[in-house]
Amino acid sequence: MITLDSITRSFGSTTVLHDLSFTIGAGRMTGFVGSNGSGKTTTMRIILGVLAADSGRITVDGHDITPAHRSAIGYMPEERGLYPKMPIIDQLIYLARFHGLSRTTARRRGLELLERLDLNGEPTDTLESVSLGNQQKVQIAAALIHEPQALVLDEPFSGLDPAAVERTLDVLKGVAATGAPVLFSSHQLDLVERLVDDLVIINRGRLVATGTTDELRRLRSRPEWTVEGHADMAWVRTVPDVDVIELDGSWVRFAAAGSDAAEAVLREALTRGSVSSFAPHHLPLNRLFQEVTQS
Amino acid sequence: MTAQTKQTPATQPNPTMTVARAGLMAAMGLVIEREIMVRLRSKAFMISTILSIVLFGALVAFSGTLPSLFSSTDKVAVTSAGTQAVEGIDDVEPVDVGSVAEAKELVRSDKVAAAVVDDSESPVGLRVIAQRSAPDSIVSALSQVPTVEILDPDAPDPGLTSLMGLGLGLVFFMSAVTFGSTIASSVVEEKQSRIVEILLASTSARALMFGKVIACTVLAFGQIALTAVAVLVGAAISGNDLVLGKIAEPIAWFVPLFVIGFVMVAALYAAAASMVSRTEDLGSTATPIMMTIFLPYMAVIMFSDNESVMAVMSYIPFSAAVAVPMRVFLGTIEWWEPLVSLLILAVTTLGALLLATRIFERSILRSGPKLSWKQALTGGGLG
Repeated sequence: MITLDSITRSFGSTTVLHDLSFTIGAGRMTGFVGSNGSGKTTTMRIILGVLAADSGRITVDGHDITPAHRSAIGYMPEERGLYPKMPIIDQLIYLARFHGLSRTTARRRGLELLERLDLNGEPTDTLESVSLGNQQKVQIAAALIHEPQALVLDEPFSGLDPAAVERTLDVLKGVAATGAPVLFSSHQLDLVERLVDDLVIINRGRLVATGTTDELRRLRSRPEWTVEGHADMAWVRTVPDVDVIELDGSWVRFAAAGSDAAEAVLREALTRGSVSSFAPHHLPLNRLFQEVTQS
Repeated sequence: MTAQTKQTPATQPNPTMTVARAGLMAAMGLVIEREIMVRLRSKAFMISTILSIVLFGALVAFSGTLPSLFSSTDKVAVTSAGTQAVEGIDDVEPVDVGSVAEAKELVRSDKVAAAVVDDSESPVGLRVIAQRSAPDSIVSALSQVPTVEILDPDAPDPGLTSLMGLGLGLVFFMSAVTFGSTIASSVVEEKQSRIVEILLASTSARALMFGKVIACTVLAFGQIALTAVAVLVGAAISGNDLVLGKIAEPIAWFVPLFVIGFVMVAALYAAAASMVSRTEDLGSTATPIMMTIFLPYMAVIMFSDNESVMAVMSYIPFSAAVAVPMRVFLGTIEWWEPLVSLLILAVTTLGALLLATRIFERSILRSGPKLSWKQALTGGGLG
């Protein structure tokens, strides 16, 4: 478990992180979401110690973070880059050896990772000779090469095709399953929504919300339901304590204060005819995101 | 997935999140190893190394035979007295003629370069006949010269002195600039590709910079040592004992001064490179360093015969590597002077290393517009 406690950081006269606190739980996939320039990259750099915080502290399981802790983190920086002219496997070995891995262990582990990530190319190819998507896979392998016990990944899925996203996801989940805290940022909110356990949303360097996606939905918006029948649903507008958000003939989406009000709508619909579906409506994360960052 | 769980035993939750981290020395070793391997695998580096070795070696090996390439044998018409006179003059092939008229005829028709005939009116009893101008070698060989007494046959040849200054200066200047640029581009490459973030997450900026500086010094020194071996082999082939004998001591001083001076230059180049984000901006921060190497180099060449200027230059860190060996060669240096010079250089280099580390640590993660030296040193507006 990695905890950030009141992290503040300025560049010159601009404060980019204001009193930021959140926790990356052990074994939890934590999505880190915020608009461009909201401070995600700076936060990650501070966790890794490549940048110092002006104030605040970072703890690992309650103890102040040490270089040994940081060495156990697999890190993928925002701006991609390894050595363009160096063979792929050689750079993985090079990076692994900074963590004390032997050359042979590093090679075995590197080849295994490239295999699992389905690198389309030879491990002995130079990085610049493979496609951008494949370079991205090498970058992910670089973050995982030293058997990290935590992951901090800046936009790990950008530039990957859907199949590669799934493979990468499998690998990351595998790491989380060992009890490792995993933090990753992404602008692909549909993806984040599908795979995270926890969410951290920041805006202009301030924490906007943190918790599970369900918690955030409960926190930030009135719950919504959808009903589909066979007759026109316009009558829902007249039901008290219910707001129709979207209406399309026999299909309606509405917000209600609680499930009692929603069930009242269902009962009324059943008296008016047959109902083919009734379900709570999950607000897509991008809507939730807009809602919390604009409020 | 099974391999994953086998290697990283699940600990839920993860109590002591630690992984081994290479120490400063080990990390430096890794950086050194990579830097050297990358250069050794680079075709450009290998070609330039081999070229310089072959070129210098060949130059010395053939230096003994060089004069003969430029000389030619002249045919000279001689009468009976002339035959005796031209005997023993190099590069002259006598052609016997019966009379002065015959000799003149041969000169006019360009069959011979000149003629040497009897002349009772000449103080030396000979006359040289030539078409337009007399061959200097013949005239001077036939002239009477006063007795010359040489007091110090081992005194340095001024021509050789300036040649040595030029040579050592060139070696220092070329390798400082070449390897300085190498280290600079290697720093910018890592900064530009942002791999430096991954590296700094697992090691320190100091390990990174020192590793690069040491690797570059090893490479530069290796290249020069190989060139030196080639020169010595070339000297042995040509039997040129001048190279072997007289410049052994100057070279012995050049080596430590070069190595330490090079570390200083390499560290400054690394610092300059850490201040920019793109290779295109490198020129502006690296130029001041190049000038501090280039100006002393020019001065050493221009003032190689000015003892007081050379004395001052031998204490300036940037020119010591060239000025000290030259003064040792000229014999105008006290025994303790090279040691003081070496000490000054070592202290300056230490200072340069500390300064460069400071700049490097402050600048290496900065992206965007280049920093000025002032910003990098004071930390003004730094993130």
